[in-house]
Amino acid sequence: MPPSPRNLPDPMVRGLTRQRLGRRDALRLSGLSALGMALAACGVEGKGNPGASAPAADAVAKYWAGKTSTKKVDFACWPLYMDPKQPELKKFTAETGVKVNYQEVIQEMGPWFAKVQPQLSAGQSIGYDLMVITNGIQFKQFKDSGFLAPLDHSKLPTFAKNAAPAYKNEAFDPGNVYSVPWASGITGIAYDPKRITRPITKLADLWDPAFKGKVGMFSDTQELGNFGMMVLGLNPDKSTADDWRAAADKLKEQKSQRIIRNYYDQSYIDALGKGEVWITQAWSGDVFQKNVSDGTNFKFVIPEEGGTIWTDNFAIPSTAANPVDAIALMDFFYRTDIAASLAAYINYVTPVPSAQEQMKQDAAKLSGDDKASLEDIAESPLVFPAESDYAKLHYYRDFATAAEQQEYQRIFEPIVLG
Amino acid sequence: MSPVRRVLAPYFLILPGGLWLLLFFVVPMVTMLSLSLQEGDIVNGYAFTGHWQTYLDAITAYEEQLVRSLIYGALATIALIVIAFPVAYWIAFYGGRHKPTYLFLLLLPFFVSFVLRTISWRQILTDDGFVLGPLKDIGLLGSSFHVLGTPFAVIAGLVYNFLPFMVLPVYVALERIDPRVVEAARDLYADPATAFRKVILPLALPGVFAGVLMTFVPASSDYVNSAVLGSSSTTMIGQVIQAQYLTNSDYPTASALSFTLMAVLLIGVFAYARALGTEDVMKVAAR
Repeated sequence: MPPSPRNLPDPMVRGLTRQRLGRRDALRLSGLSALGMALAACGVEGKGNPGASAPAADAVAKYWAGKTSTKKVDFACWPLYMDPKQPELKKFTAETGVKVNYQEVIQEMGPWFAKVQPQLSAGQSIGYDLMVITNGIQFKQFKDSGFLAPLDHSKLPTFAKNAAPAYKNEAFDPGNVYSVPWASGITGIAYDPKRITRPITKLADLWDPAFKGKVGMFSDTQELGNFGMMVLGLNPDKSTADDWRAAADKLKEQKSQRIIRNYYDQSYIDALGKGEVWITQAWSGDVFQKNVSDGTNFKFVIPEEGGTIWTDNFAIPSTAANPVDAIALMDFFYRTDIAASLAAYINYVTPVPSAQEQMKQDAAKLSGDDKASLEDIAESPLVFPAESDYAKLHYYRDFATAAEQQEYQRIFEPIVLG
Repeated sequence: MSPVRRVLAPYFLILPGGLWLLLFFVVPMVTMLSLSLQEGDIVNGYAFTGHWQTYLDAITAYEEQLVRSLIYGALATIALIVIAFPVAYWIAFYGGRHKPTYLFLLLLPFFVSFVLRTISWRQILTDDGFVLGPLKDIGLLGSSFHVLGTPFAVIAGLVYNFLPFMVLPVYVALERIDPRVVEAARDLYADPATAFRKVILPLALPGVFAGVLMTFVPASSDYVNSAVLGSSSTTMIGQVIQAQYLTNSDYPTASALSFTLMAVLLIGVFAYARALGTEDVMKVAAR
């Protein structure tokens, strides 16, 4: 249609393609109010139910009613958390006929929560029936958002029998309403004795200008903040906002003097392997596994000022397709032989104390280096810590309110983010 | 055609494009603007409160990263012009019948994913890798010398990754130059340098102008290069936005930073177009 004068497009249309002045104010006004309404309509709905630490009495029955096995469990875990040959899972499949799809998809808690939150919020499956999550900020977010299935303890008889009492009443989930421990670990310092010849004993070594550009720290704000507080002699578990700010200043010092190379997720262990860092904040078992698998000789130390102890926990996402076999797999890992086999490989603290005796028995059947190494593990304070070892360890701070946690995050986030 | 249909026809004509823009541009933008003005947390949800303070807080907390990103973007763009111009010039004037081959070779690495290529640089340049390792062993470099984690590594990564976006527009501009124009300049006693300065360069400037737009904006907001090749002292604003969205679920701060970055880049690009609008540049160059 050729535009004749009579049929010129309406000014409204013309305004979209050309500059125009007429009626502009009226349009702007109506546009603004429409925009205002649109803005207010885009709120992000929360799933919050904070304070409800225990679900209603019938929640367990209600959740588990009608749930059936699909003979396949999708299991989300962390790297370096199982023998790559997966002997424990193979045994589970052989005994139950349930296939396990084991994926090392979790590298850090923050990104993991952010990744699955939208699906869980919409009531959709995240593709996993079982996941291993650390106690801390995101654990609480998972729990408070109602994203975790309440556990049916009638399906966890082995856990009831074999788990150490301490693991049945942890502060972040008393009574194991939503979770049972996978393993605990200690955050300390790892270093490469080939490049650092003097012994590393204290947290202050992470601030030593001699290692400029070769120091690694965790990007997880809780791990990072904890070390900032402990180097100042503060106890993270009982810390206040003033302590956080003091710790942040100390950490900023480490950064502004370029002592620190970078803030890492689980990739810190590769950075250590490649010589990108010489000394780094580290998780106890990783260093051991790295040495076994790559023939390196890195050292792990619990600093004089103390390390932190944390627990990684099995939990079932509320939208799991197969919670029935997922909970069976949870319980399976509490068998003494399975717990012993796992702990012997990953070198993290096992929640099953009877595993120690099992390991000693297994070692007796072996000979040579294998025997010595398994005996070492059975006596290792990193796998079976004694009471005196715990005295050196601190716990994570539990945040009472969302506001408190946000304050913490706003203090430490800008450090990690450059 | 009835008069009614005639009146409505233009509306129907813009309908597909208009709907497309509405759905994929206006809706996300309004959502993001709304998010930037909300308060709350991820567990209890975010609600719109018109909280402009978030912008001020976010800019104060991440001013350093914002400024750093613009500096890195600008340095990378300058380096790109310096590297891409001779490449494009050579292909356009000396490529002969192999021009398509050279262009293909230029694009060949870009058939591999952007992130993977950047990670492979990380392998090459790692502290004790096969490049730096031997140099350290023979004592040419100190044992703590490193390339990764420095601003140089990040800017070099940006230059590497955005190279075709500068070469191609410059090439297109140079390729269109009529060789007779250059011959005429020589006939009129211009030496090669003068012919280049007075004829070729002004005609190539629109290409450079387009190349700058196509590289400066994405380079400044890039988050991959700094995350893979950089360190905690090279963090760019894109990384902060990414982490706020995807690690901390702090949507308001992330959205506020996105809008701030967009505003800064828009102002910068408009100022650039204003000051160096191609026509004016050509007038100046032709003087």
